[in-house]
Amino acid sequence: MSVLAALGRPPAAGEPASPQAPDVQRGTRRLLLPGVLYLVVFFVVPVGVLLATSFYARVPGGEIGEFAPALRWQNYPEALAKFWPQLSRSFGFAAVATLAALVVGYPMAYVIAVRARGRPGLQGLLVVLVVAPFFTSFILRTVAWKQILADGGQVVAALRWLHVLPPDGRLSAAPAAVVIGLTYSFLPFMVLPLFASLERLDPRLLEAGSDLYASPLTTFRTVTLPLSLPGVVAGTLLTFIPAVGDYVNSSLLGNNTTTTMVGQVIEQRFFRTVDYPTAAVLSVVLMVSILTLVTLYVRRAGTRDLV
Amino acid sequence: MSRARAGGAVVPVFAALGFVFLLVPIAYTVLFSFNDAGKTNLAWRGFTLDAWRNPCGAPRVCSALVGSLQVGLVSTLVATALGTLLAVALVRGRFRGRGAVNLLVLVPMTTPEVVLGAALVSQFLSLRLPLGFGTVVVAHVMFCLSFVVVAVKARVATLDPALEQAAADLYATPWQAFWRVTFPLLLPGIAAAALLAFSLSFDDFIVTNFTSGGFGTFPKFVYVSAARGIPPQANVISSAMFVLALLAVALVHVGSRARRRR
Repeated sequence: MSVLAALGRPPAAGEPASPQAPDVQRGTRRLLLPGVLYLVVFFVVPVGVLLATSFYARVPGGEIGEFAPALRWQNYPEALAKFWPQLSRSFGFAAVATLAALVVGYPMAYVIAVRARGRPGLQGLLVVLVVAPFFTSFILRTVAWKQILADGGQVVAALRWLHVLPPDGRLSAAPAAVVIGLTYSFLPFMVLPLFASLERLDPRLLEAGSDLYASPLTTFRTVTLPLSLPGVVAGTLLTFIPAVGDYVNSSLLGNNTTTTMVGQVIEQRFFRTVDYPTAAVLSVVLMVSILTLVTLYVRRAGTRDLV
Repeated sequence: MSRARAGGAVVPVFAALGFVFLLVPIAYTVLFSFNDAGKTNLAWRGFTLDAWRNPCGAPRVCSALVGSLQVGLVSTLVATALGTLLAVALVRGRFRGRGAVNLLVLVPMTTPEVVLGAALVSQFLSLRLPLGFGTVVVAHVMFCLSFVVVAVKARVATLDPALEQAAADLYATPWQAFWRVTFPLLLPGIAAAALLAFSLSFDDFIVTNFTSGGFGTFPKFVYVSAARGIPPQANVISSAMFVLALLAVALVHVGSRARRRR
């Protein structure tokens, strides 16, 4: 999944596949070792430890947080039965936020890539505006949303006036606030890959569409959208994956009953109730379902060169 | 063309709304750095420069900032070094298991941060490692590494491999070829990757929260004080970092343009 290559403007074609001088090759293999070793020790092994922990059993008569290695597979049905609402809510919220980010982000990417084409100054400025959030504190911005969406604020007042919200309706501590926060948090990750793929769109194709009497909407549907599909796939993945696991938005913008997401549960089980096996089960389930979804999605979208 | 653009006034309007959506919380953060807030910073109470004059005025805010800077610098250095080597090897080398290494680099990016945090803390606990600065750096290097590899790979792919072959033909060792030829040409990409790694590390909350124990970082400070209202000094620090980052981006941009002109 060189999906993230989109962040750094990927090369148009694939990697060069020219044959190498043998001594250059031998040198490259040595360059590989430290990084691979690092990822094995601090990614592969920890994930293995997590998997093992998910089967641990409580020590009979032991202290809180005392577990012993075991093969207690019942941890899985138990944890799933207990935390199914939080788990399914995480996927639901993340899906809605991803869709919203696509709807909000596509016009932004389109304007940067197509309308600002040939004006490098404007294009550069708009790209900087998209990445600007990366340069300020993520948590401060989330707290800002909490204040912007507060009951006494202008946003709620305007939505009530527009009858989008009932007269006593509120956004704070509601699922809507969490979804708005998630959409906001990961919007740049949607816009950047969309921009990267729309930038490669040949403008003559759009002209050809209108020359052949296609309406702008038809041109968009039959030319622009299909050609930007790699960007759509990359952007939705880059938004969906961090959104499912996020717990900053749900804990700062939500309440505890209708908005808790699985990330919060994992954190609480780890550090407050010291229930490592349940936290590990939920982590493993989260990781496996995301990897499965991503594989299925990418295969279905037919952009296999992304993986 | 005119037809394609006819209905098109709508698109820029929607895009503009998107940009507003993206920028309002930043404006809000900057604005509230000037709030005459006293201890809590929840409602606008008037303009003051107090927090800017005394950015360390709130307890622990500056020690948290220093903690984040230390973690960010060390993690960036290590992740950028390891990631650059990996990226060069992955693009240039033809070896068995290349696909597996590519996968190993990419899977951490498709793993949510809670899972990374939970996995690392499980390992640290089972090794009885005390949580603190060291474990945070280890964790940050791990998740920054993949991003560095992807960013530098994009740059390596634009290089002509003939340059290295020429160096080898001229009896340069692979090491000399790397330092004298490949590395200087990769530098803009490496600088961009390092900036990305630093901003990821500096702003990380979830993995840090899992792996830090009592060690304080800036995002942790902000998160913990969110319930009581964040002191305006935190807004000052974030706003100042924002300006510095924009300057850095402008410098990298100008630098790469000057390089291209040469």
